[in-house]
Amino acid sequence: MKKSMLSDPFEKARENIGYGNMDDQGDPVTMLLRLKDVRKTAHNWKTFQSGATPGRIVVPSEVNIRDVRQIPFEVDPPEHTDYRKLVEPWFKRPLEKEYQAKLTQQINDIIDEVLQLDSVEVVEEFSLKLQSRALTLLLNVPYEEAKTWIDWGTHVFRSEGVALDGDKANILYDYIDEQIERADKAPSDDLYSVLLAAEVNGKKMTKEEVKGVMILTFAGGRDTVINAVTNSIAYFAEHPESLQRLKDEPEITGNAVEEFIRYFSPLTHMGRVVTEDTQVCEHAAKANSRVSLCWASANRDPKTFENPNDIVLDRKINPHVGFGFSHHNCLGATHARQILNILISTLANKVQSIDIVECQENVETLGEFKRKVGYDSIRVQFHPR
Amino acid sequence: MAKITFITQDNETTVLEANSGSVMELAVQNNIAGIDGDCGGVCSCATCHVYVDPQHTDKTGQASEIEQDMLELDDDANEFSRLCCQLEVSEALDGVVLRVAR
Repeated sequence: MKKSMLSDPFEKARENIGYGNMDDQGDPVTMLLRLKDVRKTAHNWKTFQSGATPGRIVVPSEVNIRDVRQIPFEVDPPEHTDYRKLVEPWFKRPLEKEYQAKLTQQINDIIDEVLQLDSVEVVEEFSLKLQSRALTLLLNVPYEEAKTWIDWGTHVFRSEGVALDGDKANILYDYIDEQIERADKAPSDDLYSVLLAAEVNGKKMTKEEVKGVMILTFAGGRDTVINAVTNSIAYFAEHPESLQRLKDEPEITGNAVEEFIRYFSPLTHMGRVVTEDTQVCEHAAKANSRVSLCWASANRDPKTFENPNDIVLDRKINPHVGFGFSHHNCLGATHARQILNILISTLANKVQSIDIVECQENVETLGEFKRKVGYDSIRVQFHPR
Repeated sequence: MAKITFITQDNETTVLEANSGSVMELAVQNNIAGIDGDCGGVCSCATCHVYVDPQHTDKTGQASEIEQDMLELDDDANEFSRLCCQLEVSEALDGVVLRVAR
């Protein structure tokens, strides 16, 4: 088996019954595995809510380590609609030429950096750095700020062997509090200041609400982007012909980005809390229980995707749910797509081949399923063109 | 050469001409408000939703099952809805009028 492969642990359960079960700190989750069920459930916010106790729709649950509601992520319509409308233009800024030029410069620089080195541990020395530097553009804060975030390490919410670590989460929450105070005293054109000055649902945004948006922005885009970038490097290491093809046919880069998102599914699943006794997949779901929308399984559903376990770089029709689905779809998707797009084209132009020296897989245990989502570490050598 | 008319939510009318590519690409290149085409045209993001003028549905034909599945869960969709990344520019589309859904 190739080292860069991500297998599909959900295949049998998806085919046979359509759901799986996992326990999570005493609050079990019914995982929905089929694309159509996942979409339908994501769309039905009345029966499957996001606006539950803060942290409860996340799996593993963050109820014990977080009180702040993430916004717009943990809010349902109609309140959700105004929050989303407020932040959406800001999160579409990656479509601007100037933003893309700066991101291209950052990615050029980091690839030039690693091409100078004998070998590179991709997670810490490449993906985390790239993700952190790019985040300065999304927040519109000084580039130097990335250093602080890189120093936190990849496990700002996790310790070795422990899924969730309250002390580490506090590092982030305290940092965000400080930044909000700073922006309150001396407003600038960064995201904190823009949010502090904003009105939503007819009221000025509170600091608590601003914090909710900022936690979402930091947390939602960290492990996910790191996994997507790291998995891309691993894939190209074992598929130099794909690197060559993307150099020769740059017009398929956009398709390749979507295909990577489908295949890697950097976020395995996301929960919802059931508001009334109902059924999912002919299985009773009781009020106040949890279900999850398993993007990773839905993205391998053979009813929609031909050869679901192959990376088809120029896949034409690719209705994946790697960025979620419906009104809660990924707010950072525009930023993430730009990162991957520029990363792929820069690698194709600068890198001849990549060798994997050694790697340690990051495998999630989800009840009966074990899913590789990326790497804890992967050391590679980059060879220039 | 096909002539394609977009009418945005603000009732701004733009008439464009093209030979090839998708209608979504044409709209994005010409900054038609409400057509984002985030996923680049692979039918994943539903940010290129248009309503085909009821008199012009013969020009566009029917949505595929995959496209219908996407539209089925869009609160703004109706029987004239299409994701315009799935509309190839060709002579058949000449004269079509599309109202942008967002």
